[in-house]
Amino acid sequence: MNDELHEEIRAAVGAILKGRTTSGFDGALWKDLADTGFHLLGVPEEVGGSGGGLRDLAVVVDLVAFHTAGAPIAESAFLAGWLLARAGLDVPDGLVVASLDEIEAHRRGGPLLLSGRAAVPWARHADHVVTLARDGDDLFVAVVPVGEVEQAENLAGEPRDTAVLDDVEAVASAPVGIDADELRLRGALARSVQLAGAARAVLESTRRYVAEREQFGRPLARFQAVQQHLAALAAEVTAMRISADAALLAVEAHDRAEVAVAAAKATASAGAHVVATIGHQLHGALGYSAEHHLGAATARLWSWREEFGNEAHWQDRLAAAAAGEGSWWSTVSGGAR
Amino acid sequence: MTATIDLAAHRPGAAELQLRDEVRQFLDDQRAAGVFRPRSDAWMSAADPTFSRRLGARGWLGMTLPARYGGHDRSPLERFAVVEELLAAGAPVAAHWIADRQMAPSILRNGTEEQRLRYLPGIARGECFFAIGMSEPDAGSDLAAVRTRAREVDGGWEITGTKLWTTGAHFAHAIVLLARTDGAPGDRHAGLSQFVVDLRHPAVHVRPITTIDGEHHFNEVVLDHAVVPAGALLGVRGAGWRQVVAELAHERSGPERFLSTAPLLQAWASRLRGTTDPVAAREVGRLTARAWTLRQLSLAVAAALAAGRSPEVAAALVKDLGSRFEGDVVETVRRVAGVEPRPGADGLAGLLAEAIPHTPAFTLRGGTNEILRSVVARGLGVR
Repeated sequence: MNDELHEEIRAAVGAILKGRTTSGFDGALWKDLADTGFHLLGVPEEVGGSGGGLRDLAVVVDLVAFHTAGAPIAESAFLAGWLLARAGLDVPDGLVVASLDEIEAHRRGGPLLLSGRAAVPWARHADHVVTLARDGDDLFVAVVPVGEVEQAENLAGEPRDTAVLDDVEAVASAPVGIDADELRLRGALARSVQLAGAARAVLESTRRYVAEREQFGRPLARFQAVQQHLAALAAEVTAMRISADAALLAVEAHDRAEVAVAAAKATASAGAHVVATIGHQLHGALGYSAEHHLGAATARLWSWREEFGNEAHWQDRLAAAAAGEGSWWSTVSGGAR
Repeated sequence: MTATIDLAAHRPGAAELQLRDEVRQFLDDQRAAGVFRPRSDAWMSAADPTFSRRLGARGWLGMTLPARYGGHDRSPLERFAVVEELLAAGAPVAAHWIADRQMAPSILRNGTEEQRLRYLPGIARGECFFAIGMSEPDAGSDLAAVRTRAREVDGGWEITGTKLWTTGAHFAHAIVLLARTDGAPGDRHAGLSQFVVDLRHPAVHVRPITTIDGEHHFNEVVLDHAVVPAGALLGVRGAGWRQVVAELAHERSGPERFLSTAPLLQAWASRLRGTTDPVAAREVGRLTARAWTLRQLSLAVAAALAAGRSPEVAAALVKDLGSRFEGDVVETVRRVAGVEPRPGADGLAGLLAEAIPHTPAFTLRGGTNEILRSVVARGLGVR
């Protein structure tokens, strides 16, 4: 499809990201991505984005995860950019990230005022938060400046902050037909892509390590026990990658997106354990050192598998879908009955 | 990174979706008419030549063959759409399975014009069935160790040897077998060739092998100085190994590598309708996610094949994951449903009784999973 374009994006973004592993926010890296416009890929130009499609953006999201870089591309372009575009609101200046929770809002004849607490990853580094806001039955997308932030981190050291709002005035807002459930689905799609990217980093590192590391006078890769583990790792990583890719296609085509994303996130979250386990086992004690890059990838796997619903959550959703209209097989393959 | 990068997800086009719906309707009608009862592993166990001919009449066999050989000029992805419906429904497709999946593309690619005209139209009509003669008593996973020998004689070849685990040789019309034409066993992959041999040959003896399910799917095929015409050689003398390897991507990545036990899962999921067992629901969800992903993988490999590539590593990887899933389905249904397997019984008890004794085969046939993982490791460049 857009294979050539994706190759170009991969090469350009890969060059920016190479060697920039970090757990926290990397401001210099974000500036490099912003200078080239990659930070707003997949966000329509009409609202101030860089244009391009969902799968173009997914290439960047995947690579940031693969390089375990400190760039909130998922919470920014993938989530906040999507909310803004759906509401027809312009992308505000600076770093903008999405709130994962709906916030109570009210209007006193003037602009929207928001009050409450909301999970906002990376909030401490952001200038603006984009959030779903509810005033009774009315749903809005609202943009608010970042104010009070309670800091916390996930296992990978990535900011998982809480924004605290007390009658904060929205700098922009517009009604929208998105609810918290749809936002969660979008987040699960982002994490599926990221999990596949981090899993590929584990595979790549493992493949290199077993070819180089020698024990008993030969490379680890010569041992059949090691080969068997490595192949199982590659299989799981490929499954994660293809399911994320297929979910992106389904969302783009508006074709049974919920089943696709649920299956992809369930696959990615369950796969994270297999990938981290084999990756660490084959790296031996060396990969257990904080100085080794492997831990940055596995810590992300261990964190992201829970975020936006772990495999149990999405398995239950799939079970509900399979119990609805049509047969079990039509849930898997589409079509009637 | 050949194992992961070369694949991309595939979205079925309009022709595939239309075919899927047609096949699904046909299968619903056939099932309602009592033509078949869904069963697990039907592609290996349930042979029904009448049903095969019916599929042939619908244009659903030999789909990718050119029309001049009786085929239908369809894409491999359209064939995928048909095949996955047949498998998910547990329809009796074993009679034509090997002919349609493997021998049609192989004869088309490697065969002479005479061989094509002789075999392909019959395959497409669902009237000409095939067996594959690969394994031998001393050549299982180590296929290059085959001892069956083809000696050039006046006007043809004289073949002597024993093939083992030959699926369907008791009803097939012909067998494609791998034999050594040149060199010695130590030459390994060099010197092997493929032959198409008529199974009604007086010097070819088919003996049943009964498996632990008490059934007869497999055979021993003994060739006792069987003289065949020169035209029995398939493809290039000495290139048998390369030809076999090219078939493997077709053989290993298809939907039969993850859907063998789908009829059992389908039956269980239907039974759970309207119930509220959270443990069972989560397990259905887990298996559904896995099946969805495996289907996407299998489709991605089919798309790569359709694009003219030969994704052997990816195919091996699909079979490793998919065949383990097939066993996982059986174990999960058994554990959570709490139904005792009962041969011949209706419902889950009977389906479980059919599926359980087949589980060892899932990770053995078409190359053991250990061999497949070696293929993947080699593809990753570490072996």
